[in-house]
Formats: sequence, structure tokens, C-alpha cells
Amino acid sequence: MDILETARTQVLEQGIGLSEQQALEALRLPDERVDELLDLAHEVRMRWCGDEVEVEGIVSLKTGGCPEDCHFCSQSGVFDSPVRSAWLDIPALVRAARETAATGATEFCIVAAVRGPDERLMRQVRDGVAAIQDAVDINVACSLGMLTQDQVDELAGIGVHRYNHNLETARSHFDQVVTTHSYDERWDTCQLVRKAGMELCCGGIVGMGETVEQRAEFAAQLAELQPDEVPLNFLNPRPGTPFGDVEPMSAVDALRAVGTFRLVMPRTILRFAGGREITLGDLASRGITGGVNAVIVGNYLTTLGRPATEDLAMLADLKMPIKALTRGL
Amino acid sequence: MTYCDRCGEPGVHPACVQARQLEPPRYCPQCRRRMVVQVTPTGWTARCVEHGETLSS
Repeated sequence: MDILETARTQVLEQGIGLSEQQALEALRLPDERVDELLDLAHEVRMRWCGDEVEVEGIVSLKTGGCPEDCHFCSQSGVFDSPVRSAWLDIPALVRAARETAATGATEFCIVAAVRGPDERLMRQVRDGVAAIQDAVDINVACSLGMLTQDQVDELAGIGVHRYNHNLETARSHFDQVVTTHSYDERWDTCQLVRKAGMELCCGGIVGMGETVEQRAEFAAQLAELQPDEVPLNFLNPRPGTPFGDVEPMSAVDALRAVGTFRLVMPRTILRFAGGREITLGDLASRGITGGVNAVIVGNYLTTLGRPATEDLAMLADLKMPIKALTRGL
Repeated sequence: MTYCDRCGEPGVHPACVQARQLEPPRYCPQCRRRMVVQVTPTGWTARCVEHGETLSS
């Protein structure tokens, strides 16, 4: 049976995501059927997630100087990147959270370029989260690398409601992307986060030289983790990194990935993250009507995004309401 | 002499000018030192140890 006919029954009607093999079939659909894929992905998103779009802002608390060698990342201290180390102080962190909340965003993610947090970083996060909670009405998430059980417990205890830790790519492609830590180490942190009761945000980057089979494998491995949120980035080749000369993926391949990831994970929050500006340009709105139900607005960690007002205008044009702030008990 | 604030080489480069629409500056245009750059959700600051701080508009 045709993969989209299968998906209509299996995913749209029954809420059962595509398998790896089925995802591969979707990723192999010809260009002329990508609109059909996206239309179905949109129906799936509306049926299982609703029409709201979750808006998030992110900020780098500790920039650059990371000991890891993630080949896509300009913040690795291993490569000859122009990005220098920087720390954000608490007043500036609170200002960033306030600016994010002013856009209507309900999520604010504090990110640090580290293998995992040391005591200095944990103290900064502890103080920063408390200061934001005192001053700004917004959910706070963190992305601080690999965690110990004690660190997971502490972050959950101070009210971090969601933790981001990406698998980044398929297991079979991981050693072509990172050599300083393993896929299993990332997987383990994700499991710790889930068990501690925090929401798990786990996604990655497409367009890093993976095959289409590995892209399907990646989607299936993410689905196995059952993350609450999947941030989908498109490689933005950064000067000085090993992937600095990789050609950005085509818009149609990016949209095929969007639609397919939605069909693999019908209930997750699927977020447009970095790289969409260079990969999709004005076609970003087709992603929002093709399975995506969350966006990062404003700037990223070391690069700039579209002004938040442009994304909010796009959502208004599409008649997609912004998700309101809700708090867990 | 002035330097490209994206790649640090002398002169103006059309590809860097275009890329800079979605990137903050990384090199001081006056002395080509790498700057300490902080990106925030709505802007950026770039600080050269010799020539001080620049803010996004």
C-alpha cells in the first residue's frame, strides 16, 4: 500500500507513529508528493496536538570553550572557530527571559556549551532560575550537557520543567559527528531526565551528511525515547568547524524531514529550531502547515534568527494561536 | 585599514556581508582581534579588549 495511505489510517486515525522502514518510505517520496506528505502531517498535528503553537526563546549562559568535538558546533574549543568564551551574568539572563516573555513565548531555555555542568555552572543555573522565577512569568528549561543523577534531581527540584539533550543524529552516524562522547552517554542522560519527572526535549540536526536511511533511523530512535519535545535543526555550516563547508540541505529535503518526523511522532511538540532561515527562508510557513507546532523565536545561541515579530505575524497569518502559559503542579 | 567583522581578513566581502545578516560580528573591524560576543534573544553585544563594546541596533 502507498505509504501516505498507510499513514492516514495508522497515524492519523489510530495515532500510531510510522516505523523506521515506513519513515524511510516517506523520506523517499518524490518531490511532487511532498505537499501531500505535508498536508497529511498537518492533519496529524491538528488531530493529536491541536492548533496551538508553542513559542520559545533560548539564550547561551556559557558560550564557547566546550571540550567536546561536536562537528557542527562553533562553540567547541577543539576547532579553530571565531567564537570566544563568554558568560552571561544573572541580571542579563533575567533581561533575556523578560524579552522572551514579552514576545508571548511560554518557554525560556538556558543553554551552556559544556560536556556537563560543574559546580560553578550549577550555582549560576540555580541562581539564574531563581531570579527568573521571581521576576518573569515563563517556564524555564535548561540544556547543560550530560548530567549526573544528583544534577538531574537538583534541576527538577528547583523547578526546571523541561531539559534539552539532543541525540543529534542517528546512532549509526553519531561517530561521524562526535568522537569525544558516545551516543549511549546521551541516551542515558535522556533517560535520567525522564525518570526525574522533567519533560524531555530531545532532537537533533538533519543535513549533517547522514543518508536518507540514517535520517529514518534517527526519527525512529527519537520516537523510542518518547520525548515531549523534538527540536528539529537544519545544519547551518559554521566557519572553522569540520562541517563548515557542508552544503546546506535543500528546502524540499528539509520539508520532507519535517513531514516525516511528524508522522513518526504524532503527539510530540515538533519545534522549528536552528538553520531554518538559511534552509527554508520564506518556506518556513509551509513547515508550520506541515507538522511543526512549535518555534524558537528571536536569536539562537551564536547566530541570529528572524525578528520574533516576523514569526508571530506569520503565525497570525496562518491563524495559529500561541500556546498560553501553563504550570505543572 | 579596516577588517571584515565576520572573517577578520582585510576588506569587504559580499559573502560575509550577506552572512552577517544572520550572524553577529566576530572580529573587531579596527584591529581584527576576536571579540567576546554575547547573543541574546533580541540582540547581541560584541566586546573588543582594545576598542570596547558594540551593540546590535
